[in-house]
Amino acid sequence: MLGKLTWADIPLDQPIPLIAGVGAFSIVGLVVIYVLLKGWGPYLWREWITSVDHKHIGVMYVFLAAVMLLRGFVDAIMMRSQQALAFQAPGYLPPDHYDQIFAAHGTLMIFFVAMAFVIGLINIVVPLQLGVRDVAFPTLNSVSFWLTATGALLINISLVVGEFSHVGWLPFPPLSELRYSPGVGMDYYLWSLQISGVGTLLTGVNFVTTILKLHAPGMTYMRMPVFCWTAFASMLLIVAAFPVLTATLAMLLLDRYLGFHFFTNEAGGNVMMFNNLIWIWGHPEVYILVLPAFGVFSEVFSTYSGKPLFGYRSMVAATMVICILSFTVWLHHFFTMGAGADVNAVFGILSMIIAVPTGVKVFNWMFTMYGGRVRYASPMYWGIGFIVTIIIAGMTGVLLAVPPADFLLHNSLFLVAHFHNVIIGAILFGMFAGYTYWFPKAFGFRLDERLGKAAFWCWFVGFYLAFMPLYVVGLMGMTRRMQHYDNPAWYPWLLVAAAGAAVILVGIGFQIAQLVVSIRNREELRDTTGDPWDGRALEWSTSSPPPPFNFAVLPHVEGTDAYWLMKQRARERGAPEPEPAYQDIELPRNSATGFVCAFFAAILGFSLIWQIWWLAALAFVGAFATFVVFAWRDRTEYRIPAAEVARIDRENRAARRLALAQMEPAE
Amino acid sequence: MSIAARTTAVGLGGEGAAPSVPHELSELAQKRVIVGYGFWIFLLSDIVMFSTFFAAYAVLVNETAGGPSGRDLFHLDVVAFETAFLLLSSFACGVASIGARAHRDTMYYGAMAVTALLGAGFLFLEVHEFVGMIGIGAGPQRSAFLSAFFTLVGCHGLHVTLGLMWLLTMMAQVFAKGYRPDILRRVLCFALFWHTLDIIWVAIFTVVYLLGVVV
Amino acid sequence: MRDQRYSTFDAARRLAASWSAPRFWSPPRQQKIGKLTGAAGQPRGSFMQEKFAMRSLDRPPRSKARSPIPLALRLCGLLATLALAGCQPNVLDPQGQVGRGDATILIDSVAIMLAIVVPTGVVALAFAWWFRASNTRAIHLPEFEYSGQVEMITWSIPLLTIMLLGGVAWIGSHELDPAQPLAAEAAPIDVQVVSLDWKWLFIYPAQRVASVNRLVIPAGVPVHFTLTSASVMNAFFIPDLGSMIYTMNRMATDLNLIADKPGEFLGESAMFSGDGFADMHFNVEAVPPDQFKAWVEETRSSGGKTLDADAYKELSKQSIKVAPFVFSDIEPDLFQKVLTQALPPGPGPKPGPVVDADSWLAWCGGK
Repeated sequence: MLGKLTWADIPLDQPIPLIAGVGAFSIVGLVVIYVLLKGWGPYLWREWITSVDHKHIGVMYVFLAAVMLLRGFVDAIMMRSQQALAFQAPGYLPPDHYDQIFAAHGTLMIFFVAMAFVIGLINIVVPLQLGVRDVAFPTLNSVSFWLTATGALLINISLVVGEFSHVGWLPFPPLSELRYSPGVGMDYYLWSLQISGVGTLLTGVNFVTTILKLHAPGMTYMRMPVFCWTAFASMLLIVAAFPVLTATLAMLLLDRYLGFHFFTNEAGGNVMMFNNLIWIWGHPEVYILVLPAFGVFSEVFSTYSGKPLFGYRSMVAATMVICILSFTVWLHHFFTMGAGADVNAVFGILSMIIAVPTGVKVFNWMFTMYGGRVRYASPMYWGIGFIVTIIIAGMTGVLLAVPPADFLLHNSLFLVAHFHNVIIGAILFGMFAGYTYWFPKAFGFRLDERLGKAAFWCWFVGFYLAFMPLYVVGLMGMTRRMQHYDNPAWYPWLLVAAAGAAVILVGIGFQIAQLVVSIRNREELRDTTGDPWDGRALEWSTSSPPPPFNFAVLPHVEGTDAYWLMKQRARERGAPEPEPAYQDIELPRNSATGFVCAFFAAILGFSLIWQIWWLAALAFVGAFATFVVFAWRDRTEYRIPAAEVARIDRENRAARRLALAQMEPAE
Repeated sequence: MSIAARTTAVGLGGEGAAPSVPHELSELAQKRVIVGYGFWIFLLSDIVMFSTFFAAYAVLVNETAGGPSGRDLFHLDVVAFETAFLLLSSFACGVASIGARAHRDTMYYGAMAVTALLGAGFLFLEVHEFVGMIGIGAGPQRSAFLSAFFTLVGCHGLHVTLGLMWLLTMMAQVFAKGYRPDILRRVLCFALFWHTLDIIWVAIFTVVYLLGVVV
Repeated sequence: MRDQRYSTFDAARRLAASWSAPRFWSPPRQQKIGKLTGAAGQPRGSFMQEKFAMRSLDRPPRSKARSPIPLALRLCGLLATLALAGCQPNVLDPQGQVGRGDATILIDSVAIMLAIVVPTGVVALAFAWWFRASNTRAIHLPEFEYSGQVEMITWSIPLLTIMLLGGVAWIGSHELDPAQPLAAEAAPIDVQVVSLDWKWLFIYPAQRVASVNRLVIPAGVPVHFTLTSASVMNAFFIPDLGSMIYTMNRMATDLNLIADKPGEFLGESAMFSGDGFADMHFNVEAVPPDQFKAWVEETRSSGGKTLDADAYKELSKQSIKVAPFVFSDIEPDLFQKVLTQALPPGPGPKPGPVVDADSWLAWCGGK
């Protein structure tokens, strides 16, 4: 009746995951009860859960990323403390548990923190920067989000029901095959990634279409802000790479569930085929994450330097070159396979070539500051910290692309330090910069600057404390994923690394405090004009937060830095643009499709993990029925009358006129 | 037309003032283009997924683990019928698209029904082939080659199955809602989907069956 | 003292040796240790062992509950004695020709890149500082967004660097290909390596002996390893000797290594392979060739077990922390049988975790 699921699968003998899981789920439960008692349920349902507004979906993505960041960071703290304690000692996590911790840490951080954060920011910002009212397929966007959330939910359920994968963030066979990983942990991993992977793929389809087909009048490709270009490159990579992940994980699932032989030791399976396929997805995945971060920094450097981005065409070219090259380098993840000198050398050199466009980007950011008036708001702190950090990451990355060097450093903590250098130093710093930069756009008030800067310093110092030692122990031959070790030379460095994690924890504390304090002081931090940073792209030309329709009238774009040009003209004229003729606006109606669909997907995933076949069949039928019901509805849009549009827009115009008047003497 | 205007508006590098398209006028045409385009991107991703299975098949084709190879198992005559069914169904699907655009019931429903029948015939032959192979102990668990074969061809078969479900839904939708613009857009997407399955089948026919028997 | 084959990059290497290696380790102290061991006429490894022993003697038994203050104190103390790190496995201080080649390439590459990375970082910080809004002395170019000359330079600097580095990578990959036999006077000996759950089996086909979790090799003699895995993937790695390589079931990889001098080194798996992974390391003992011969003789006459199909089957079951032991004889072609799966892959776990929480704690208590 319940497949493999029995009472024995509740890990009553393992207090850490059980208490953590029960604690986390009861907090969530209490929040839900509180929300319902307060009568916020209908509001949440209407404005968020069923919303198809890209801004709301983006905010939910970022919220999911933040929550999962906390969860993933708890894992990080546990790993660092385990390695700090486990010198010639067992530490406090048995191998069985430690293995799950690092697997969960990697999986969560990549798929549900970095991905969710990147997609969240893209959701909030890209349609606004393009000057349009929504993405190409708003309901699909909601489906994408809820499928991602389902994946995250399944992983967290594994805390209390069953176990998680023991194999690491990538399930290398044959260790991940049924013979060597008979538990459900591997299945939790596979199904949660399959479900969230569908969501990610649909996001990619949605945004490629949006960026290529939806523009404000005059917004040609070569006038799009660089963040849009990087988002476009990232989404193209999703469309081209995620199907490979889906197919590869599907093969592993077939091996595990139906006894196929893709990657098994027996009957002709090929283990290295998995490595090839997974890295054909895996390396582009790095650029799916890092390119939008580069885009954020392009916006940040340009805005806070008060200058257009230096070398716009170079930036676009570099982005697209990286996008293409990222598919040609996967083999550098396993030079130690023994593929032969020619293969290794070719892939090594191809990998290095990616450093060229990346280097160009760094130089262009530098020259964006050149001749500018750099204002040190906290996004700029993240920006400078990023430049310093990314050049180190680039250097160690190129080093690992040199096959003989990789022969010494592959799978060592040097490698771990390198990719955290990229993921924290570039991706996460970029996301935090974007979070601070666009927060007022999403919520209408700025974040507290002092706490933001304190958080930056903690993250920055904590990062170097935590990961520079890992570079060192990597050079001392320490491999990754050691549950304990006996080598006294490694020990002090791992203590320093643990201290670094603690400093980062303080940084996260500051970020939470920043959010709380900013919400409390929101009236003082209010952004009335919609343009708190003297911005340059179109998102700053509408109010904060933008109305549901984003723009009362679609803006006319006459160059890169579209809003900057508008402001310049307004200053010359001494008045904003004359009031346009307002018209009715049609917007897509809310839809519960995404939420209902994700509900069935969660049940489907859970029942497939535990092999409860009848429930899986029911869930599949439910999901299909949801789509049919969605397809059957007749009214898909609602209309906002011109008078209402005018009322909303006039408020914002008044605030802007005021700001313009104040600016006049300064000019 | 408005579609053309739209595409120039987003063309590369146009520095001059772009022609502004009245929003309401171009609404319908735009939506059709956007939906078709988006679905086309999705189909590309689907083709990427198939290419992964093709790659796996190419890697594993000789890993028969002492079991039968393609030469022992494939019957080109059955495959020829499968191919004929699928290609003809694509033609019928094209006729159905024309019927839908012309709002002609007999043409639309008739052609859709023929598409469905041919698709079901294809599926029947495929399932028959699979059952026969499993019956003689050449199932997917026998060897890596057979795993890859069943996955690649089976994944295509699964797409055809889902396509049939979609086809019936589209017939029901036109029946219930008429030739509404949003329904016509879905018919367009369905047709794109069905033709893509054809393209993939041609690749399967060549790479799996022809090369499997001849080489 | 460095390998002469890499004379192409000798200049760069010397440059690197002079200023980039010390970034991680302090050479004077390292030399002191070198001298110490050298003066005592001891192989490098025994000093290491001595230190191990001393450390474990003066350290009180660990308990899980430890107050944070001693930990902090200990941290300071340990950081102060970091110099000792020099005599631990260190890929930048290799003990063999292959490792030296790898490390040379590594240091060369870092040197080449530092030449561009350091100035970039400095200039970036300088720009950020000089062009701060409050600095009225800085030139203000609010419209400066394109300059052909600057773009030319920004593209060509990384391009030229990568061209140089690409050359290093190309030559390095070919000269240091793990399958490439080493040029040495002595004829190479063959060692067949099988990674098992979670231990290492070393088969000496010519000597007809085998050893578990302990690799004895003659110093100064090239060793040709042929490697495979009994079950899951692992990576065979001796940090002091150089290049690592994967071990995979049904596949054989080749690796050639050499130890210049007698010594003891750490060998480990560099690819996560399951619950017993952390203990999947082995001792490497490079001994003078006559001692190696003696070891073989001793092993053959020790009357130990024979490595045959049954013994292998027993060995392929999952186990952790297996103390090193030897087989006095081997069944010929055993390695071939593992490779061709005439001997089936390892059985994997018993139902339930191999190392469940209870047995883990029991094991810890026993220790």
